[in-house]
Amino acid sequence: MNLTAYFRSLTAKFLHRSAAEDETEEELRSHIQHRADDLERSGLDRTAAERRAHIEFGGQVRFKEECLEALGGNVLETCVQDIRFSLRVLRKSPGFTFAAILTLALAIGANAVVFGLLNGLILRPLNVPQAESLWAIERGPYKVVNHSYPDYLDFRDRNRSFDGLAAYNVTSVGLDTGNNPTAAWILETTGNYFDVLRIQPYLGRFFHSTDEHGPNSAPYIVLSYGYWQSHFQGDRGVVGRIVGLNKHPFTILGVTPPGFQGNLLFVAPDFWAPIVNQEQIEGDYVLDARGKREILMVLGHLKAGITRAQAISDLNSIGAELEKSYPKDDGHMTFALARPSLAGDWLGGPILGFLAGLMMLAGLILLAACANLGSLFAARAADRTREMALRLALGSSRARILKQLFTEAVLISLAGGAIGLWGSILLLHGLVAWSPLPGVSVLHLPVDPDAKVYAVALMLALVSGILFGIVPVRQVLRTDPYEIVKSGSRTTEGRRVTFREVLLAVQIAICAVLVTSSMVAVRGLLRSIHSDLGFEPRNAMLVETALNMAGYRGESIPTMQKRIIDALKALSGVTSVGSVDRPPLYYGANIAHVFTDTTADLRPSNAAADAATYNISPGYFQAAATGLLLGRTFTWHDDKNALPVAVVNRQFANRIFGSVKGALGGHYKRADGTRIQVVGIVENGKYANLAEDPTLAMFLPVLQTPATPMTFVIRSNRDSQQLIAEIKKTLRNLDAALPFTVQTWSRELDSALFGARVATISLGVLGAMGAMLSITGIFGMAAYSVSKRLKELGIRLALGAQRKEVLQAALGRAFKLLAFGSAAGLILGILASRVLAAIVYQATPRDPLVLAGVVLTMALLGLAATWLPAQRALSLDPSTLLREE
Amino acid sequence: MSGQAQILPGTLDLLILKAVSLGPLHGYGVLLRIGQISEQALLIEQGALYPALFRLVRQGLLKASWGTSDNNRRAKFYELTSLGRKRLREEADGWNRLATAMASVLAARPEES
Repeated sequence: MNLTAYFRSLTAKFLHRSAAEDETEEELRSHIQHRADDLERSGLDRTAAERRAHIEFGGQVRFKEECLEALGGNVLETCVQDIRFSLRVLRKSPGFTFAAILTLALAIGANAVVFGLLNGLILRPLNVPQAESLWAIERGPYKVVNHSYPDYLDFRDRNRSFDGLAAYNVTSVGLDTGNNPTAAWILETTGNYFDVLRIQPYLGRFFHSTDEHGPNSAPYIVLSYGYWQSHFQGDRGVVGRIVGLNKHPFTILGVTPPGFQGNLLFVAPDFWAPIVNQEQIEGDYVLDARGKREILMVLGHLKAGITRAQAISDLNSIGAELEKSYPKDDGHMTFALARPSLAGDWLGGPILGFLAGLMMLAGLILLAACANLGSLFAARAADRTREMALRLALGSSRARILKQLFTEAVLISLAGGAIGLWGSILLLHGLVAWSPLPGVSVLHLPVDPDAKVYAVALMLALVSGILFGIVPVRQVLRTDPYEIVKSGSRTTEGRRVTFREVLLAVQIAICAVLVTSSMVAVRGLLRSIHSDLGFEPRNAMLVETALNMAGYRGESIPTMQKRIIDALKALSGVTSVGSVDRPPLYYGANIAHVFTDTTADLRPSNAAADAATYNISPGYFQAAATGLLLGRTFTWHDDKNALPVAVVNRQFANRIFGSVKGALGGHYKRADGTRIQVVGIVENGKYANLAEDPTLAMFLPVLQTPATPMTFVIRSNRDSQQLIAEIKKTLRNLDAALPFTVQTWSRELDSALFGARVATISLGVLGAMGAMLSITGIFGMAAYSVSKRLKELGIRLALGAQRKEVLQAALGRAFKLLAFGSAAGLILGILASRVLAAIVYQATPRDPLVLAGVVLTMALLGLAATWLPAQRALSLDPSTLLREE
Repeated sequence: MSGQAQILPGTLDLLILKAVSLGPLHGYGVLLRIGQISEQALLIEQGALYPALFRLVRQGLLKASWGTSDNNRRAKFYELTSLGRKRLREEADGWNRLATAMASVLAARPEES
């Protein structure tokens, strides 16, 4: 038979399924009638003849199915049949179906979300041409991604491996388009940036290296497509327009294509500007300083045919030459290459580690859910032994029954997978729209789900369906229809440990791991929030601004700063105001080398220590509520005409001078040779991040070391909302053109706690899911064991057993499993928590509160899950029960 | 039950084709015809006949149509197609060759020295 005819018959059979079936049935019936006619003729009466004919014929249903199978198109047909039957069966037990689908939806949803993050942040290549050959350069043993401009020039000009190298830096500026300036986030780049990335303009043109002719020679900007749409309404006439960037005139050259958002995944810059104009953009020109190594990130495409290893050895040989030429600069000139999309290993490392850990936990959740559903399915299969025995006796094959059971499992897993995927898509879209850190509008998570996420969710659904569908297989294969139909109930359960119980114990252990890790994380987070920060975020406001954005230069900056402080201090309820260049715990800290007074050769390797450095105004310590231990704070007289002075923290005093007392009045040196006298010592605090060890810190008077970015700290005893409005009004009255943001210090601190908070929330969610799964698992097992042993329990009660003994008999095994699983999970969880310590500050599993918490939680879960079955066991009425059976 | 033989696997199709080649038959009729021509020596399980019939129809060796039987009942009648006739010839030849060969093998006696 040819293929088209086969398919035609196949589709015809599929569409007119019941017609083919009816016809077959009629034919078999006709056969039996003919046989009965013959038997009647041989002397039997009609009824007897028909009965005899039926028996002689054999399993009608089986032969009908074999006929339909022989007819072709039956694979599809039996599938449809199985699906229909499964739907009917599932509809008959809505509670089971609902619980199973919900469990899977949660488990698959969690996996899809985590995979979506992994996909968006790690797996998906950057949206630039030939992303696979694009690499960022990292330096030294700590894989620092930042370099100095002179170093960059040497890499660019001397390397033989890259098809051009570009450098860039993320910063914020005030952009004035005729109205008041607004703060915008930009990428300052070298002129060749777009050429190196091989991007073509959507509109107008880009700047190139030929536009660079020394400092401030290229006052051009290139808008991102999104910013062009939102701030210029997609006006094609913007090309050539002049706008104010920090009050300097810059010309708009063009617009980037819609899909291009720079080379950093999580930062979508508003526009791009040439880095040679750094002085106008940042208020400071440091491109000529080889030692300023925190300035730029460098990236480029490898030339065709050059491997990563070749490029690295090429860079290392350049590094060796540089070390020889500039021995005073201690640069650790060895190199590595990393993907530029997450700023190399700086963010990429921790994100990958965290997501991999999360993926593992989510996988465990799914495994636990499968174990859970597997045991539920096994229990159901046991309850349905009679049905199955009947079907076997009526001529159905075991393969067919298994196929039908698998259909049920896969239907449930697909439904769960679809719901889970739907939820995860909503969540991921929410994450895309979410701006994770307050005040940094360009930060975003490009984690919108794509086909890969759908495929993974579908695959997980199918695999888990097969996983838990496989559990009852052995049971079905062992079913002996004659025994079961005869005896009416299952063979008595042995005392040995069943596969189902092992599954449950494994599942409880997994859940205990999740509960343990989430508790460790929550406890760590609570501790970090309440740890001693060295300042008091409550009742304090932060106003962030940069005076150069509004065109202030040189001497006008401190004057304006003092005016602002005085004006804010005059507000009612404000007790103190001070400024700092960058508040502690705000995306790390500025770190500088510190030398002892006796050091003559100030090369980096001779530094006595590194210290977090802050430029502060008088009044800052009061406003931040940082305790002064000894000496004095600054006054407005600590200016350029006075001796250079500093206030240091206790750690600094102890490390450099031996003691707090010894530090007062002592001297030390900075890398530029300035000799500084310590006039005061303050308490220790947290500077770069919450998890750091005690760190050295020095505070310098802003009049002696000017800084353009500035954060005012305002301490008051007033309601924050009202105060924010007044602060805004005051600042606008002083200079309407000054861009700024106001928020409470506690809110600002969210950024410092961001990592820990995300970790805690994700672990908390996973822990809660684990807890839910163990409740359903234990409940299923306990309820099942009680219902199976009703008769035995009834007899025990009738013979005068005590409540305790009945409970022992009914639920003893469930509790034993719970205890065993929890203990195993707790130990595993404690081992796993070492990993957590890297993310969550002070996350230690050796905390009696955590241990007690886990034990208590698992016990409560067990109690909650066995409550209903226990009630059922206790409320048994032996007389009715025994009568029924 | 002596004198009766279980049919060999794979021979049912040939039997059916042969039975139908003598004239259109319904399923029960095929059974009766096989019984009759083999003088009740070959026993076919009644239900097992139908999947084989359906398979032959699908292979295009038989064609089926509904009609009325001698008992005045509705029944499905099968007859050979030309393809079926050809197949019957081939299979019968094959079977005869095999049977002859088997018979001569089984008839062999030890040679006298």
